[in-house]
Amino acid sequence: MAGATGIDNGFDVDALVEPDRVHRDCYADDAVFEREIRRIFHKSWIYVGHESQVPKAGDYATTVIGRQPVIMVRHQDRSIHVLYNRCPHRGAKLCSQRAGNVGGVFTCSYHSWQFKLDGKVRHIPIQSGYDNTRFNLDDPNFHMKPVARMEVYRGFVFASLTAAGPGLTDWLGTAIAGIDDMCDRAPEGEVEVVPTCFRMIQRSNWKIFLENQLDAVHPSITHASTGLAAQKVEVEMQAETGKPPPLSYHYISAFAMELDKWGALDVVGHPNGHCVLQGYMGLRPTDPDTLEYEEVMRKHYGAERTEEILDVNIHHLLVYPCLSIQSPLQQLRAVRPLATNKTLTEIWHFRLKGAPEPIYRRALDYFYLVNSPSTMINADDLHNFRKCQEGLESEGGDWVSFHRNAGQDRVVDGVATSIIGFSELPMRNQFQAWRDYMSAETDA
Amino acid sequence: MSVVSLETQHRVEQFLYRQAEILDERMWDDWLALFTLEGHYWMPASPEQEVGEGQANIFYEDHYLMRVRIGRVNHPNAWSQYPPNRTGHVVSNVVVESEDAASGDLVVRSKFYVAEYRQDEQRFFAGKYRHDLVNTPEGYRISLQRVDIINAEGPFDYVLQYWI
Repeated sequence: MAGATGIDNGFDVDALVEPDRVHRDCYADDAVFEREIRRIFHKSWIYVGHESQVPKAGDYATTVIGRQPVIMVRHQDRSIHVLYNRCPHRGAKLCSQRAGNVGGVFTCSYHSWQFKLDGKVRHIPIQSGYDNTRFNLDDPNFHMKPVARMEVYRGFVFASLTAAGPGLTDWLGTAIAGIDDMCDRAPEGEVEVVPTCFRMIQRSNWKIFLENQLDAVHPSITHASTGLAAQKVEVEMQAETGKPPPLSYHYISAFAMELDKWGALDVVGHPNGHCVLQGYMGLRPTDPDTLEYEEVMRKHYGAERTEEILDVNIHHLLVYPCLSIQSPLQQLRAVRPLATNKTLTEIWHFRLKGAPEPIYRRALDYFYLVNSPSTMINADDLHNFRKCQEGLESEGGDWVSFHRNAGQDRVVDGVATSIIGFSELPMRNQFQAWRDYMSAETDA
Repeated sequence: MSVVSLETQHRVEQFLYRQAEILDERMWDDWLALFTLEGHYWMPASPEQEVGEGQANIFYEDHYLMRVRIGRVNHPNAWSQYPPNRTGHVVSNVVVESEDAASGDLVVRSKFYVAEYRQDEQRFFAGKYRHDLVNTPEGYRISLQRVDIINAEGPFDYVLQYWI
């Protein structure tokens, strides 16, 4: 699959990325993918999980950062640690489940080496035999290795495998508003994860998914079948039952709204490839459940601050390269690249702490309709992603076009705003960051 | 489990076979008619789940959501239905868990094995059904069908386009 511009022939970022188009090798060249793993996923901040996944001491959750298997664990002192999932003795993974509780120590199933919850070695079973060897329990080589950096922002745990680089909040920059938006909507200012994680495999390059997330042109085309089917049943349900359909039907019927309305949304490109789609799906209706929630919000925040919070109209935030967040519906999809043409998404949703149950049910309904393994929405996205991948692996053309509204963005203080929702600004903005990561002097 | 008459055992097995055939033949109007108007089709996201309502599920659909799904699958622009998926169901190990003596309503456990073919590839699903059946003059109707696939935790290579 190696193309003309791959690493084998010397990596030339200028041959891959132009201001308004990118070469297909960005998606289809295995050498480019290997470089992405080392220079992007092993260097950037990557979302590991939410601290509410590990509420009690000894609770752990496993995932991957690039190719590196890691464990997020809760220490007895309440701190969170992110450690490589590897026993320093013979290399066996220490945790083989996605989540669980190790009690007070990690114990290796192979030779029973034990480690404290911060990764420091606690005990090895046979202490004799090490005289006059280089074995030394004070040597970090005999401890579980922590990731180079770990930071928690409002419960969201990120890690970086590289010591150098901006801190988490600097790196998030103005895009931090998306995480704040999700948390602020909770009367108690915090969210709590719902333990069910849906994992979906996409037969496509990881960037194809991220580019689709803020693509306001595709919904009314890709999702017409589901949107129109939902619109029809909405009308029939009203006629047959005399009751208005639940808000959840609107989540999917809205996908079939006229193209012009999608154009009215704003797309915003933040530094480091982060992007926001600003728009409103009508999540502030005046039904009794919403009014009750707003009352609870006012009790916690006061009237003025409540209005400020509920007026934030972020629909979708991309934290490049690892996250797609829908803050008003408390959904999150973490991106785990598996191969050039294969990507895993870990899909989570959250409860707003202190919010009435019906508000959670809205997040749950969206989680079901859009993000579950039976989704009628993403079914057609995944179909498109796979077709894109197969087409990009062909020699039928070398370029991917991001020309729409190129050069027309309004840029203020490094933040670019599109003049129309249809702009391909998000794709260009992501590739600007990609270019920076990929052309850095050295690997981590 | 309860020992039921051979006739009841036969009727319920025929009902389950019929449901499997309806899915494999994509007879959607017949599918809807298998359920009571308040009936639900439920596939939990983990075997420990006890209720569907208010939980994260792989499927939890009432009559109207099933109609949305049918409308979508039949729509000419349901892109991921080109080519359509094709399925073959086998249902077996049919055990009547309980029988209401007065109404004849049943709770029935069974096992299934499903092969699905789509875009040059086959995949397989195995698991168990639990049917809560209402005995009506027109035959059995499903008030709740619980479907536990053994790989509920995934990961899922591609979505489930419709019910299993």
